[in-house]
Amino acid sequence: MTRWERFKDNDIVWSFLSSPGAMIAAAITVISILACLFAPLIAPFDPFDPSQISLWDGKLPPAWSDGGQPQYLLGTDNQGRDMLSTILYGGRLSILVGLAAVCLGMVLGVTLGVISGYVGGVTDAVIMRIADVQLTIPGILLAILINGVGRAFLPLELRQEFAVYVVIIAIGLTDWPQFARVARGATMVEANKEYVQAARIIGLPAWLIMIRHVLPNTLRPVLVIATIGLALAIIAEATLSFLGQGIPPTTPSLGTLIRVGNEYLFSGLWWITFFPAIALVVLVFAVNLLGDWMRDALNPKLR
Amino acid sequence: MTDLLKISGLDVEFPTRRGTVRAARNVNLTVSPGEVVGLVGESGAGKSTIGNAIIDLLEAPGRVSAGSILFEGEELRGLDENQMRRVRGDRIGMIFQDPQTSLNPLMTVGAQLIETIEKTNNIKGAEAEKRAIELLEQVGITEPKARLLAYPHQFSGGMRQRVVIALALAGDPDLIIADEPTTALDVSIQAQILDLIKRLCRERALGVIIVTHDIGVIANIADRVVVMYRGEVVETGEVAQILGAPEHEYTKSLIAAVPRADRKLDRFSSVDYIEGGTKPFKRIDIHTHWLGQSRDVRGTGKAVEIENLNLSFVLQKALLKQNRKMLQAVDNVSFTVNEGETFGLVGESGSGKSTVARLIAGLYRPDSGMIRVIGQDVVSNPKSAAARKARRALQMIFQDPYSSLNARMRVLDIVAEPIRFYGLTENEAETRRIVGDLLDHVGLGASAALRYPHEFSGGQRQRISIARALASRPRILICDEPTSALDVSVQATILNLLKDLQQELGLTMLFISHDLPVVRQMCDRIAVMRHGAICEVSDTEDLFSEPKHEYSRHLLNLMPRMDLLGEARA
Amino acid sequence: MFFFILKRLAQSVLVMAVVSAVSFSLFNFVGDPVNNMVGQDATREQRIEIRQQLGLDDPILTQYARFLGNMVQGDFGLSYRIKRPVDELILERLPATLELVFVSAIIALVVGISLGVYTGIRRKSWISRVILSVSLVGVSLPTFIIGIALIYLFAVHLRWLPSSGRSGTVELGWWKTSFLSVDGWRAIILPSITLSLFQLTLILRLVRAEMLEVMRTDFIKFARARGLAERAINFRHALRNTLVPVITIIGLNIGGLIAFSVITETVFQWPGTGLMFIQAVDFVDVPIMAAYLVFVALLFVLINLVVDILYFVVDPRIRLGD
Repeated sequence: MTRWERFKDNDIVWSFLSSPGAMIAAAITVISILACLFAPLIAPFDPFDPSQISLWDGKLPPAWSDGGQPQYLLGTDNQGRDMLSTILYGGRLSILVGLAAVCLGMVLGVTLGVISGYVGGVTDAVIMRIADVQLTIPGILLAILINGVGRAFLPLELRQEFAVYVVIIAIGLTDWPQFARVARGATMVEANKEYVQAARIIGLPAWLIMIRHVLPNTLRPVLVIATIGLALAIIAEATLSFLGQGIPPTTPSLGTLIRVGNEYLFSGLWWITFFPAIALVVLVFAVNLLGDWMRDALNPKLR
Repeated sequence: MTDLLKISGLDVEFPTRRGTVRAARNVNLTVSPGEVVGLVGESGAGKSTIGNAIIDLLEAPGRVSAGSILFEGEELRGLDENQMRRVRGDRIGMIFQDPQTSLNPLMTVGAQLIETIEKTNNIKGAEAEKRAIELLEQVGITEPKARLLAYPHQFSGGMRQRVVIALALAGDPDLIIADEPTTALDVSIQAQILDLIKRLCRERALGVIIVTHDIGVIANIADRVVVMYRGEVVETGEVAQILGAPEHEYTKSLIAAVPRADRKLDRFSSVDYIEGGTKPFKRIDIHTHWLGQSRDVRGTGKAVEIENLNLSFVLQKALLKQNRKMLQAVDNVSFTVNEGETFGLVGESGSGKSTVARLIAGLYRPDSGMIRVIGQDVVSNPKSAAARKARRALQMIFQDPYSSLNARMRVLDIVAEPIRFYGLTENEAETRRIVGDLLDHVGLGASAALRYPHEFSGGQRQRISIARALASRPRILICDEPTSALDVSVQATILNLLKDLQQELGLTMLFISHDLPVVRQMCDRIAVMRHGAICEVSDTEDLFSEPKHEYSRHLLNLMPRMDLLGEARA
Repeated sequence: MFFFILKRLAQSVLVMAVVSAVSFSLFNFVGDPVNNMVGQDATREQRIEIRQQLGLDDPILTQYARFLGNMVQGDFGLSYRIKRPVDELILERLPATLELVFVSAIIALVVGISLGVYTGIRRKSWISRVILSVSLVGVSLPTFIIGIALIYLFAVHLRWLPSSGRSGTVELGWWKTSFLSVDGWRAIILPSITLSLFQLTLILRLVRAEMLEVMRTDFIKFARARGLAERAINFRHALRNTLVPVITIIGLNIGGLIAFSVITETVFQWPGTGLMFIQAVDFVDVPIMAAYLVFVALLFVLINLVVDILYFVVDPRIRLGD
């Protein structure tokens, strides 16, 4: 068997290659992530460069409708920025914020969860009670609160500059209990398995057992949560920005674009809201589809 | 007598992406009223598939692809779902392996019985309840009327299996298919359940198919035996003929592999029919080999000493100490294991034998008591260098070959872990050479090092576990039910390997098992445990010839009758 | 059982203690309360006087105890921005939020559970496949986008329903209800659908997953082997066993409805507590933020207690001790 054939023979890879939904989702996810990451290279305009923007070109409809201009494929917004370019740049920000927030929540949650599950006792009780208390308050509310308080702490002139980081921290801090719970559950299952007991009898120290034996075996469920968490984090960022609590309009994310566009919806300028909204939904949908497939493929019970 | 059930030429297929698996091939089988037919074979033989195929409950995507299933003269193959539903329960009853999961946890036993009776007997209300009480009585449940209102979790395992049998009987079926009905139960309960099934079979002139891997069960209950191997029936006959004078090579080696309780043999008879076998055991020179380098220090002659060991678990938490429900898992246990001997610890599940093993291994800490390993106290200061050093001389082999190896590590890294951690070799090249050597020695071949655990069978995984234990260069090996998850033929080869290693390396073994015949073949001395306490400690032969404690006698009486087994396995 | 309830109560008290501590620290650490009360142009003397009036010079624990005492009586002080007692403001807006959450919860539960059961039983039918695909889109739609889309379609384009606000309320004592007039109902339709859609899809998918899980258990196979009817197996055996995990999630989801009411109320300018909260966050109006936080936590604790009691009803293993 060649390397590729052996790779294809793997159950998870096989499940992926035989699920068109998963492949399409992965393709959309990868393409949108690439498109957004390389936005400066792909986008026809730079929405942050004032020399490329003219108010005269403001509120132009998409290229195919009456009054549209060919260089602005999806039309322009109220300030005359090219919609396609702002969406690419906005999506880039949304994805980066989502990824950063999920990473923060995952690192925090998995670390605490594995320790909690492996050590047990008082440590476990304290960590899980904190998680329980936090889970009592819905994530988005908490994010709004942390975000609001975080901004209140910053001096006015720094608020815009640091808004992105405050949002990342707010979403990441609300995310961690989910990861902690999953990691803890998986750790407790693994820690009772005989290979961990064998490692203890060999005499390995607890931290080494946690890192070498337990952690790698808890990653599957964590990966599923992380994928679904990425979708939720992107939604959370968009929601915060839509509420005017998130990323400021000077460096808009998709949520900010929808918020701004929403003000023009009633006057018939539908494209300023419609295209960013579609971009957001397609992105989140693709990530969700991927997470959905992954949950089924990684669940040994379903195989 | 006419046949109640006649299966002929039955083929069952499971289409998978790697091609079609034929789980049963050209199977012929008959059952007469009032007869118990044993369907015996090892895992993967296709025996459960037959049972499921009869009542059309094959797991997807399995399907019957050829043959016929005649039940009371009627062809069951090709019946639609509605017709089949009238056969299930009414005419054919089914009993599954695990009584813990066979009953709906949210419904009372009464509700489940009455619902089944109403469906099958066409009676309602008070009449159905009356019938439910009768059924519970028949399967030996006391105070049946009160028990109707109880939920499954309020019954013990054996009682639950009785309820399952009552449910299977509710529709007054003519045929019962029992799929490993006693495997999940303790020995003493096993015997009761088998007696019950046999009695019902005789009283009601039921046909019974017992699907099992356990020759002991067959010897106890079956009238006729059908032996299956890899989806095919290899031999059919009266129970005395099959057990006493088997004709087919597979049956011969299967029966030869059953450990005998009547006398001690040097080794288990080799099982030559089983393919994918392992290399013959090669002796090594212990004085020059890496494995022998740790035996410079001689101990006290006592490998493990235990004095007044106690451990209790909290069953139900409560704020006040006196309200807590505690389980005394280990109750004032004392014994000594001499260096170089094999010491057996036997008892039923929940007797605390595995807990004692885990206490010695340092996985639990005792509430009170003393454990000395090679003369070193390992309880008072478990983190001290001396205690750690003593513990290193002690390794463990576990029961479940599937969870005892980290699935994400290569066999090389699994076996090399203790060597690398303790720096037992000069360099990585030597580590790899030693690991290859160890794997070769346990009969796997050095090339196994680069593969992952999932590429190996259960028996092979146990060999990897043994290699990992040896890699610490232990002097004491704790074996916690090392073969109870394995097929009987594989069990024999693993036990032979352990015997060989012990002799060669002069290992001390603590052997934990519920299986008395196995213990008789393996151990020099035996401790019998019950409810966390030790009943008696005796030399093996003394225990089997004249047990001192009443409970030991009870256990010995429960051993499956093997007198039908002839000299074929000598 | 007594121990179980005691433990849950202790946990609830703990949650409330932590949340109140967070609310209390909001007062102390976010901005200067005196500045917030009197504005920039007050004299030094006025400030000192107010500090003393507010007891800001007392030890921190004394202040916290006083805060707790007031909190229990529902007193959170005056809103910095509107200069009215916070409890009054919340009570005024409470009916709008609770009615919205109530209608949404009913929609989410009824539709979500029935579609979940359907897709769980009829696994292979094409209707199930369609429902599942649509539900995945549902999980991917942020609440505010659903709201905007519904407004654009039904209010702007078709002009069937009002686009925002809460009209047609009828007063029942201090409680203003939407349920007693046609206008009231017309106004609540869009916001409640918006709010329920996300939770609906979550419940649907969860119920389906649990159904599939239960369908694989031995006792279902044993029920089949006894020849029980498909209906009895699906509903008496399978559905009841899915209820335990489903109840947990539904408890959390009703909490989720309260959280997402903040967004829905913003999109539809629905005059509830959520809209008030988001405006308070904008102006760092600490008393309202703190009170809202305590209020939401209280609702959650209550929901969790109800969930625990439901466990007792549904699962004999908990009721009778395992």
